[in-house]
This record gives sequence, C-alpha cells and structure tokens, in this order.
Amino acid sequence: MADEGRSKTTAVQIGHSLYLSVITNQNMNLFVRGVVLFSIGVFLALVLNLLQIQRNVTLFPPDVIASIFSSAWWVPPCCGTASAVIGLLYPCIDSHLGEPHKFKREWSSVMRCVAVFVGINHASAKVDFANNMQLSLTLAALSIGLWWTFDRSRSGFGLGIGIAFLATLVTQLLVYNGVYQPTARKQTILDHESVPPNLYPINLHPQYVLNGGRKPEPLGKTHAETGRIYQLLTDNVGFEPWPRSLAL
Amino acid sequence: MTVTERLREKISQAFYNHGLLCASYPIPIIFFTALCILTCCYPLLKLPLPGTGPVEFTTPIKDYSVPPTEPNADQIEQSDRPDWYFGPPVAYIQQIFVKAIVSPWNKNLIAVDVFRAPLSKVFQLVEEVQNHVFQDSVGMKSLENICLQVTDLLPGLKKLQSLLPEHSCLLVSPANFWKNSRDLFDSDPDILGTIHQHEPKTLQTSASLKDLLFGVPGKHSGVNLHNRKRVVSYAITLILQEYHSRFLKSLRLRLKQLHPSPNSTLREDQIVHVHFKEEIGIAELIPLVTTYIILFAYIYFSTRKIDMVKSKWGLALAAVATVLSSLLMSVGLCTLFGLTPTLNGGEIFPYLVVVIGLENVLVLTKSVVSTPVDLEVKLRIAQGLSNESWSIMKNMATELVIILIGYFTLVPAIQEFCLFAVVGLVSDFFLQMCFFTTVLSIDIRRMELADLNKRLPAEAVQEISNQMRLPHSKSVPRQKRYERQPAMRSSAPYTISLQPSSFRNLRLPKRLRVVYFLARTRLAQRIIMMGTVIWIGILVYTDPAGLRTFLTAQVTEQSPLGENGLASIAVPPGVFQRGDTKDGLPSFPSDVNPMLENQSHEMDQNKNPNPLDALPMISSENINYNSKEQVRSEASLPESDFKVKITWGTQDEEMWRKLSFRHWPTLFSYYNNTLARKYVSILPIIPVSFHLTPQDALDARHPQDAKRYYSMFPADYGETKNFDGNLARDSNKQHISAKPHVHLDITLYKVGALGLASGVLLVILLFCLYKVFCPKTYGQGGLSHGRRRRGDLPCDDYGYSPPISETLPLILKGHLMDIECLASDGMLLVSSCLSGQIRVWDAQTGDCLTVISNSRQWRDSNICHERQESQEYISDPENVEDDIYENGYNFQRRSTPTQPLLFTDQPDLSGLIDTNFTEMKEEATIPRQRIFSECSEETGYDFGRAYDTAYEDHKRLNVQNLRSYPSRPVPLKTSQTSVNLTSQGWDDSCRLRRRSLGDDPFLMYENISPLPMWGRDNESSVWSLGIQGNLIVTGRSDGRLEVWNAADGMLRCSNEEDSSGITALAFITNRIVTARLNGSLDFYCLDTNKTINQLQYRGTPNRSSNPTSPVFSSDDVIICQLTHMVPCAHQKPITVLKAAAGRVVTGSQDHTLRIYRLEDSCCLYTLQGHSGGITAVYIDQTMTLASGGQDGAICLWDVLTGSRMSHMHGHRGDIVSLICTSSCVISGGLDDIICIWDRSTAIKLYSIQQDMGCGASLGVISDNLLVTGGQGCVSLWDIGYGDLLQTVYLGKSNELQLVRQLLVLDNAAIVCDFGSELSLVYFPSVLEKLD
Repeated sequence: MADEGRSKTTAVQIGHSLYLSVITNQNMNLFVRGVVLFSIGVFLALVLNLLQIQRNVTLFPPDVIASIFSSAWWVPPCCGTASAVIGLLYPCIDSHLGEPHKFKREWSSVMRCVAVFVGINHASAKVDFANNMQLSLTLAALSIGLWWTFDRSRSGFGLGIGIAFLATLVTQLLVYNGVYQPTARKQTILDHESVPPNLYPINLHPQYVLNGGRKPEPLGKTHAETGRIYQLLTDNVGFEPWPRSLAL
Repeated sequence: MTVTERLREKISQAFYNHGLLCASYPIPIIFFTALCILTCCYPLLKLPLPGTGPVEFTTPIKDYSVPPTEPNADQIEQSDRPDWYFGPPVAYIQQIFVKAIVSPWNKNLIAVDVFRAPLSKVFQLVEEVQNHVFQDSVGMKSLENICLQVTDLLPGLKKLQSLLPEHSCLLVSPANFWKNSRDLFDSDPDILGTIHQHEPKTLQTSASLKDLLFGVPGKHSGVNLHNRKRVVSYAITLILQEYHSRFLKSLRLRLKQLHPSPNSTLREDQIVHVHFKEEIGIAELIPLVTTYIILFAYIYFSTRKIDMVKSKWGLALAAVATVLSSLLMSVGLCTLFGLTPTLNGGEIFPYLVVVIGLENVLVLTKSVVSTPVDLEVKLRIAQGLSNESWSIMKNMATELVIILIGYFTLVPAIQEFCLFAVVGLVSDFFLQMCFFTTVLSIDIRRMELADLNKRLPAEAVQEISNQMRLPHSKSVPRQKRYERQPAMRSSAPYTISLQPSSFRNLRLPKRLRVVYFLARTRLAQRIIMMGTVIWIGILVYTDPAGLRTFLTAQVTEQSPLGENGLASIAVPPGVFQRGDTKDGLPSFPSDVNPMLENQSHEMDQNKNPNPLDALPMISSENINYNSKEQVRSEASLPESDFKVKITWGTQDEEMWRKLSFRHWPTLFSYYNNTLARKYVSILPIIPVSFHLTPQDALDARHPQDAKRYYSMFPADYGETKNFDGNLARDSNKQHISAKPHVHLDITLYKVGALGLASGVLLVILLFCLYKVFCPKTYGQGGLSHGRRRRGDLPCDDYGYSPPISETLPLILKGHLMDIECLASDGMLLVSSCLSGQIRVWDAQTGDCLTVISNSRQWRDSNICHERQESQEYISDPENVEDDIYENGYNFQRRSTPTQPLLFTDQPDLSGLIDTNFTEMKEEATIPRQRIFSECSEETGYDFGRAYDTAYEDHKRLNVQNLRSYPSRPVPLKTSQTSVNLTSQGWDDSCRLRRRSLGDDPFLMYENISPLPMWGRDNESSVWSLGIQGNLIVTGRSDGRLEVWNAADGMLRCSNEEDSSGITALAFITNRIVTARLNGSLDFYCLDTNKTINQLQYRGTPNRSSNPTSPVFSSDDVIICQLTHMVPCAHQKPITVLKAAAGRVVTGSQDHTLRIYRLEDSCCLYTLQGHSGGITAVYIDQTMTLASGGQDGAICLWDVLTGSRMSHMHGHRGDIVSLICTSSCVISGGLDDIICIWDRSTAIKLYSIQQDMGCGASLGVISDNLLVTGGQGCVSLWDIGYGDLLQTVYLGKSNELQLVRQLLVLDNAAIVCDFGSELSLVYFPSVLEKLD
C-alpha cells in the first residue's frame, strides 16, 4: 500500500511538475495547443466526411472505412493544419482588432457550440433540401444563428466572413484545377455551408451545381464554422489553464 | 416607466410569487409535475420501438401490377403507399404450405411415423412443382422461366453446398436435406439427425438452416418425437424473379386439385410486400457516437458549474432529468396532436438536448445560491428567481425566435425538428420552473439548516431550545416558529460517528473497496438472480420441455368446458366418418399428368361444395370455443384419434410472419444478395394437405426406426379403441393425464440434472478460482497473524480482518504511573508521570536516555543521609534492569536514584477519596473534567483543604518515625486523581523548608556542582514541561522552575522566587515564559557562562541536532535570569500559554486573552470576546491565533490588530484543544467531538465523534492529516474529506486505556500517552507526503 501511495504521489508530482513546466514555457504552450487543435481538426474532418459519405452508402459496404482514408488522404491533415493555424491566429487577430472574445467562454458553451456545429453538418448531410438555394440559405441562417448564440462580436462576425470567403476562394481554385473530385452534393454543402449570404453568388456558380465533379475541400467547411469553434476552444485553452497573456 | 420596465417588473413579480409558492409546497408541486410528465409521456407508449424491423405493405392480388420504377407525382399523392414501394421487388416468394397427417392413428405406429411418411411426400410435390408447365397462346412457361436463378453460394458456406441449390432455381424445401432424392431419404435411418445436423447449438436469433428449408418455424413443423398433434407442416419455398399470375394460378389450381385442402378458410387474395431497412454499420455509428460524446461533455461541463449547494450531484441529476423529461414530453405531446416523428430519434436526440440546454438551470442555481444566506429559504428562492427572471425570459424568447426562423426554412425535416424543439423548450421551461426550482428549494433548505445553526450564537440556541420546551406557548408567533424550528434539529453538517474502535477499518485498497462494494450491495447475487429469471423466462418462452403444452393440457382437463366440448363435438362418429371418406383419402392418383391443368379448373369448381360442407363443423368449433380451440384440439387428439383432420386457418396464411425477421435476408445473403432498403413480395400460400393411412406410414418406415424409437415411444394409443362410450373416455382421461407426465418428467429431469451438474461445475470452478487467486489467509480471520489472537484483531462488518498495518507503535515503558506531561523538540522526548519522575527518550528509537526521578520519597532521608550516599545510590533494581534491557547499552547514568519503596511514606489518603463530585463541584473553581484533560490546565481544585487534617496527622507520624525508615508500605489504593493531589499537599507542607534553602539560589550556580538537588524539594509535581536542545525545563506545582540537562539528568539551575504553581510554560530558544496560578507571568532568560568553557561548547557531543536551539554543554554554567515579571497579568489563574512568532499569548480564567511581545514582555493586546474562561489557544509562526473557551466558542483573532476575525460555536462544553491548518480550524471539546471548520468562512465542515474522554487528543501531521486518539488506538484522518485513513492499535488487545494526550513530532511521528506507557508511532507513508 505504501508503495502504491508513494508511486502515485510521485506520479502526481511528476505530472504536476510537467504541467507546470508546460504552461510556463511559452513555446511549449503554443506547441501543445497547436497539436490539440490539429488533432481536433483531423478528427472533425474525418467524422464530417463520413457523414457525407454515408449518404451514398448501401448496406454493408465493406469499404466505408477504407474510403474515408483512401479518397483523399491529404484532406484531413489539411483540415488539421488549417484549424491549428486559425485557432492560433484567432485570438491574436481578435485582440488586435480590439474586441477580444468574452462572451460565453465556459467549456459547456464550447461543447454546446461544437454540438450545434456538428448538428448543422449532420442536418446538411441527412436532410433533403429542395434545391441548392434552399440549402445555402438555410445554412447561412443557421450559421448566423450560431454566431449570435455563441459569439455576438462584430470582429468575430467579420473574421468568420473573411475566413469563409478565403476558404471559398481556395475551394474554387482547387475546383478549377481539378485536384479533387467530390460528389455534387458534398460540393455544394461544403461550399455553401456557413457562408454568409453575401458570398452566396460565388457559391452559386453553375459549374458546381451542374457538374458536381469538383474538388471540394473540407478546408472550406472547416474554416468558417470550425474557425469559430476553434476560437472558442483556443480562448478557453488560453483562458483556463493558461494565462491569457501566454496564449497570445 | 417604459413598457419594457413595466414588463420586467411584472415578470419579476410573477417569478417571485412563483418561487414562494414552489418553496412553500415542495412535495405537492413535485407530485403534480411528475403527474404532468407521466401524462405527457403516455402517448409514447403507442410509438413503435425503434429498430430495424421490416415494414409491411399489403396490396390485393387481384389487380396487382409491378409498381413503376420511379415514383411519380400521383403515386406520391397516394398517402397509403409507402415511399419505398416502387420498382419491382427483389423477388416474389411463393410458399407451398404442406400439412400432412397420418390418420387414423394406429397402435402399431411409433413416433417416427408421425413425420417420416409425411416428409416423404415432399419429394413428390417438389417434382410436381418443378415439372409444372403452363401453356397458353403465347407459349409454354415453366418454372425455370420465371424463377430466380441463383449462382454460387458465398465462399464461406461450402458446407451447405450440397443442401442449397446452386446455378438453378432458388427453390428450397425439406427435400434439400436429402438432395431432393427420395432414395437417400428412404435409406436415411435417422431423419432427425439429418435435419438438425446444421442447427446451431446456442440460442440463435437469426434463421437457421432448418427454418430456411422447412419454410416454417421449427416448433410449428411438427418434425420431432413429441408431436402430439401429429400434424406435420412444412413449406416448399419458391423464389420467383417475375410475377406471372397465370402460371401461378395454374400451379395453385393443380396442386389444390391433386392434394385438396377441404376445409380451408384461406383468403389468398393479398400480396404482402416486406421492406427491409438499412442495417446500421460501424461506420454509421461513428458520427452518432461523436455527437453523443459531445453531448456528454456538454452535460459534464455544465453540471460541473453547479456549486455551493448541498448535494451537487443530486442537483445535476435533477437538471438532467429536467431536460430529458422535457424531451419526452415534447415527443409525447407532438404524438398526441398527431405529429408522428419520422426522424431518426437517436440521431436527433443529442441536438435536441443541446438546443434545449442546461443553461437556465445553472443560472437559476447560481442566482439562488448568491442570495443572502440568512434569508428564509422561501425568500431566497423567490429572490433568486426574480433576479434572473428577465434574462431567462429574454433568452427563451430569443431561442424561440431562432427556432421559429428555422421553422420557416420550409424543409420538412428541419421543420419537424423545430417543432419538437419548440415544444421541448416550453416544456423544459415549465419543468424548470416547477420541478427544478422545487428540488433546488429542498436542497437549499437542507443547506440552510446547517447554515442557520452555525450562525446562531450560543444565546440564541439557548433561547430556541427554551422555545422548544414550550412549543405551545402562544407568545411565539407562528411564522417565527416555522422558520426557526427546523434550525435546531440538525446540529452539524454531518457527523462522523465512529464505530467502536475495534471495528474501525483501514483505508482499503481500491480493489478491496470494489469487492466490498459488490459484497455490500449483493450485486453479484442480484445479477445472478436476474440472469436466472431471464434464463427461466427464455426457457419458458422457448418451451423446450413442453411445459406450456403440459400446462394447457392440465388446464383443459380441469375445466369442465373442455370436457363437455369434447363430449359434444368430438365424439359423434358420423361427422368424422363423413370427413374421413370425403377428405381423408386422396382421391387422385399420385402420378398426375402435368398436362391436366385445363381440367383442373373445372374439377376445382366441382369440388367446391366439399370444403364448404366441412366448414360448419369447424366454424362451430371456432365460434363456441374460440379461445380454447388450440388447447382443446391438442388435448382431444388422443381421445379422438381414430379420425384427425387438417384445418387451415388464417394463422397458417401468416405462418411466415412467425419466422425470424431475418429469414429472407439470410436466405438471400447466402447468395450475396442484400435486401436492405429493398423489398420482397410474398404471395399467398398454396395449401396442400396430405392424409396418409397407417399403411403408408408403415410402408415408409425405415427398418431401423422400429428398433430405435419403439422403446422410447410406446404406441399404446390404440388400446382404448376397443372400448366404447364412457369407459373409453374414462380410461382415456387417465391416459391423458399420465401421458404428459411421462414426457414432462423425462424432460424436466433432464433439465434438472443438467442444471444441477452445471451448478456443481460452477461451484468447483469458483472454488478453484478462489484457491488460485486468494491469499492463503484470506477469510481465516486473524489466525495467521501470529501475535494477535483472533478476537483481538479488528474486523470490519464483513468479518474481514485487514492485514496488520505497517505502522507498529513503539511502546516506551518505564513510568510507574500515568503520564502527565509530554514535551518534545523533535529529537528528544520528555515525559513526566504522576509520581514526578521525568524521563527523557530518544524520539527516533524510543530509547530511554535519562531518568530524572522525583525523590519526594527521600525527603525524610535527605536530612540524615549524606549527599555522597544519595549520589551513589543507584535506583531500584527494577529500574536498572528495565533500562538496561530497553536501551541495550549502558549509558552513563549519573545519579538517578529512585525510590526503592514507592510511596511507603505517603500519608494514607484512601480515607479522603471522595467520589461524590457533585458536592465538590460547588466549591471547585474549575469543572472537575479539567482534572484529567490537560496537564497545562492543572490549575486545579485545591484539595489541600480537605487534606489538611490527614496531612497533619501524617506529619506528626513522620516526625516521630523519622528514623524508622522504611515505614510500612501503604497499599496503593489511590487513584490517579488523588495521587496527583498529594503533590500539592506536599508542597504546601514543605514550603517552609524550601524557602529557607531557596534564599540564595545563585549559590548553586556558582558551585558548578553537578550534583542534583535531591531530597531537597522534589516533592512537588511537575505541572509543565518544556524541552529545547538538551535542556529540559520543568515547572512545578510549588512554583519552582528547574532546568535539567537532558543528557545526564542533572539539574542545571533552579529558580523559585514565587510559590505559585507554574501552570504553563513556554520555552523558546533561550527564553522561558512561565504562567502561574496566581495570574502572574514571568519571563526568564537562560544565559550561559561561556567564558568558562568556550572550547567545550563546541566539542560537546550533543544529541540535539536542532540548529535553532541553543546548545548548552554539560559543563556550561547556565543561569536562569528573570528578566521581566508581570505580576498581575490576569486576574484569575492563567490556564494556557503559548508562544510563537515572537508573541506570547496567555489565556486565563478571567475570559480574556493577552498578547505579549516575547522580547520585552510588553502587553500588546487584551482580547475579549469569550464568555467563559479560556481553555485552549493556538498560535503559530504565521501569527494565526485561535482561542477556545469554556463557553464552547472558538475565536479567530488577528494578532496584528487584535481584532476578532471570526467566531465559531459548535461545542457543548469546553474547548480542550485547538489546531489551525492553512485552511481549517480543528477543535476538540469536552463533549468528545472534534469539529473541523473552514477557516475562511467559519463554516463547520464536519465533526468526528471521539471516544469518551479523548476529546483533547488530536494533532495535525501535515496540512491535510489529522491524528486523533481513541480508546487504545490512534486514527489518521484526511482533513479535506473526513476520510479515516488508518487506525493504529497501540495495545495488543482491546485495552481500555484512553489516549488522552497526543503530541506530533516533526518527523511525522506521534507520541501519545497510553496509561503509564508512551507510544511512539511513525507513519512512514505519511513521511513521503511531507516532502
């Protein structure tokens, strides 16, 4: 019993000292946050990708799991990288804009936000929309609702729009270059999702709707919405265990 | 006032009223809410359980056409048509359902005859079906043209290759077991074996091969040895690619023609389309699981925020229950109003929860707990509600608006979701307001009790208890009583009541805790019981032993209805005769020309009257004995077994429904076809009846059958045929009752034996496991623990004896009487006993280093004996042996004489022992309990008065017998108390002489004489002790202050300027502060004459390694200089004195505390606040000052300003010990309760009930470890959680010695007195934590 207690104590101590050293070292801090954000991005990309795939899945497709990874192996890492970049940049930009994010920073709010985000994706994957216009409008409305519920800052809105615009642009470029071929539906969803209405005409590009054979890139998806979440996540990561100053 | 403000005020007022209501009537409101929930959830019962079961859709066969591939607009409009019903089905399934019976039954027949001949008919039938050809103007159609052609079986099914068709029509029948070859069947000696060879051994849910080939559920097939109905049924299953109605019609007609089923009531007019849903794969589950994980994280993070309540998890549970019930309510309400959920519930559920959210609950809780604590609960709830009302309403409105926007997206799924969410939100609001608020009020009320109790001052409590005694007094307003009464009911947040010390168990390892948990909750037994019940349920359900049949037979037999029914209907022979001649015998030759189908139509028409004729009989049966038809027919069969007919009812038509719902998918999956999200169409069955004669059965019998089955199944049915009338019935009745018994008994015995065997096996297995895994001593109590006897070992409630802990106390023996004072500096330990003996121990090893004896006994002899003599006199032989034995080495012991004859010269005080304490209390200045509480408080009752006369007598005696030493031994009858008192008496008596000697105290010092001052004045008892380095300071009852050398036991100096007893002293570095009984305070300073032996100062081998304490070599001259004297520090005796951080704190009987500066003895503050004498004081290096008094109150003071920081009240009686840690205050009282208080909030965290008389024995090892003494044991507690960590038993058996004092040393060791012994206990595991 004594040995157990001792080892436990030492383990706790080691863990504690490690933790202390991590949070006091700024580089380490950044690195850990980056890794966390990256893995979250990869995970969400995989899950959401799976949601899209499932639409066309029949019973017992032996290759569902394989298709997650085979279709475009570079997509999840890209998402992860993007999420890490955005997640790390967001607090900086936010504070430079002079409107740091203060609204609903508890972990429960973050979880709620993530859940709503996944739910929107889920709905867009599962729900039958009459046409793409409807889909885009719905997604835009839901995105704004998400922003209103969890952020409510002008800078956040601006950043969201900006990132969505960037993401759409990247996606467009990739589409034109034919890097990746998604299904039509996926394409539209990815492009339109969470893009505020002002970007809507871009996304309504006829080629997307008709051809469907474009390269979507979950980057677009990850950007606007997840960017918001990542911001929340990073804010919390920066807020709770780490001092805010270190996070920035 | 704007509209918003008015609205806001209104809402706030409404919430306020609602909160009052909820908090006032919690129980009715919760009841009402529960009723609402149940009512709203009631419609949920109608909902189908979620699952992946197939969906059916029925269309009439008459104008059936293959539905179009693409659902066009008009079809969608047809609401009754499901959305999956378009395009051709995967296959059409045509079952030719065969029922065959051997009739009449013959006594020569055996069990196997029931099914062998009927089964043999399948080959003929299959051949007929396969050869059937339909010819019309277009051309010939055979089965080959329209059936579903299959290719290879799946690679994994090679063993079924011979049984299932490949590269041909998919037509399965029981004939497949014998490869469709009659010859194989005929030569098969064991039909059942062949059929069951591929049956899975375990309980199976999907379709087995037997079911697949027979086309009917196994238990309905009748192919077993106990088929009492003797009807064998099976199906030939045709899987058709396309629907060719005319071919099928001709097939149907022809089969009916060949094997007419006369009494058929089948409707045969509907096609049932069965749609199979998509099966959920692992991939599908990943997002679902993700959402659920997010949901749980959300709930976790939300509920974690609930704080400052009594039961955090209870409230969290209530919050979750609120959300879940609101979900259920919303679904229930939506169902009630006709909106059936079409969405997949499992996927939507987490989002609904997230949308509804727990935020309001949290906000409410936070708002309520932040209201002023001293308000009434009702008001708190109401205020909390009204504070948050506006924001709650605003949020709710926002959410509703957002959801309504979602409703206008016009996407049906989203609309539905929004509808659910809106209803859920509203019902959640309702539940929050009614259910959660009420639960919160209950919780707050529980918390309130503790709070109120804590906040009430002692007078208030007194007042309340007075009120309590007069509960009917009219003067107390009703309202007030209502709120105050509950306040006193509970006295503490919670109290840890200890079991008797022998039952205290150690903190156990986790695995043992798990085992204990299992044992305590009887979890294993319950699981086993549940399992057994389920198993029995399954057994009964699957009915392997024929129990149901037996029971129904019994029931039928006993019911008069069954008997009469049989008599009236089954017996008339005419009916059966008629049926037999018409139906029983096949009137057609078996070798039918396949080209006969054109005729068959006409013939069928002609035959029509036949079944119609038979109908009335069946219908009468059906009408009269509707519910019992099945039962009775079973029971009646043996009786009327000369004629049995085959009936066709609706249950036969639907027989495929009783198959596993995976039946068809399984069949198709064998050929790598999936039915998921597709449908099959099941055509009406074609009934075929075979009535076989006994002769047919005999002909079909295999030569081995008779041998094999005859003995098992004696065919004695036919015997009763010879009798007629009542006689036959009677004997039959007996037979019926006997017959099932035979079956039943065999099977029951089989099951029973099997169960018994498995039970025995299980026991053996468990025993082996036990042997392997359990330690040898487990369960044997303390027998193997050697030194302890079984009864001595502490056992817990479950009889488990924990292993001996690694902590073994070190017993320090040597004192002859009870230990009175204890002091330590970490390295050395000083103790003094009631006899005045002082012993110095090594705190590490427990060795006795020095014995300083109180030579009071020698006071007579010191007059006559020479100093030399006394010096050389070595103490009594006992002690020498003892010491040598204990120490293991002979250390130099200079002049430690002790008494050879103890107490021989004490006056006989036994006559003075007065146990009538109630009288004494009147005159005692201090409550009697103080006497045995702490040595520092031995301010004592002056027993001298009562004692004077005895003393005078004795003195006279002594004077006379001055030389007559040794005097007669006085039997030691005196108790601890009385012996204690003698000392005081003695010092009174010896005052005169002492004074004369004490005239020149410095004489001794200048002598540098190492000789102790024996015999002079050691009569007085030691009241206080202090040790620093190698110097011991003793304060004696006669007011003398002595400084001893710990190493050699020599008196270094002594000071007796005052005769008032030293009640307490503090010894810090070189300063000594003494407090005297007369209220004066003396400050001394120890000086060393360093000029004399400067060199030796360094070189002295010294035990003390304490760097801070001054080291005095044995040869130094030590001068005890009185620096200051505060003559009247307190007006009453000083009871406690503590010094730390340059401050000296004194507490006195005069209800005040004083703080002095140590250096210049300047009085800094006088602290007033107690309503009784001060009994305990704590001060440490951080200037934390706490004091406890006789009023049971504890005060925390700010030493710097002298102000009172907080005031706690919780003890009934004196505070006898007090310790502060960085977060807690720990107090022990005379009521034997140890209370742990939160230092910052002054809230009582919990209390520990101690053993009687051990209230003072407590110590703190580190910031989170508390040591308490008990009866014969020392317990270690975790302060933060109130967990009992460890209990160390000091004695070898359950001695009744109490641990009254407890001293914590620096090295995580504790010393406690244990009667006349000291116990030194190390906690090595604790040491680790101290680092």
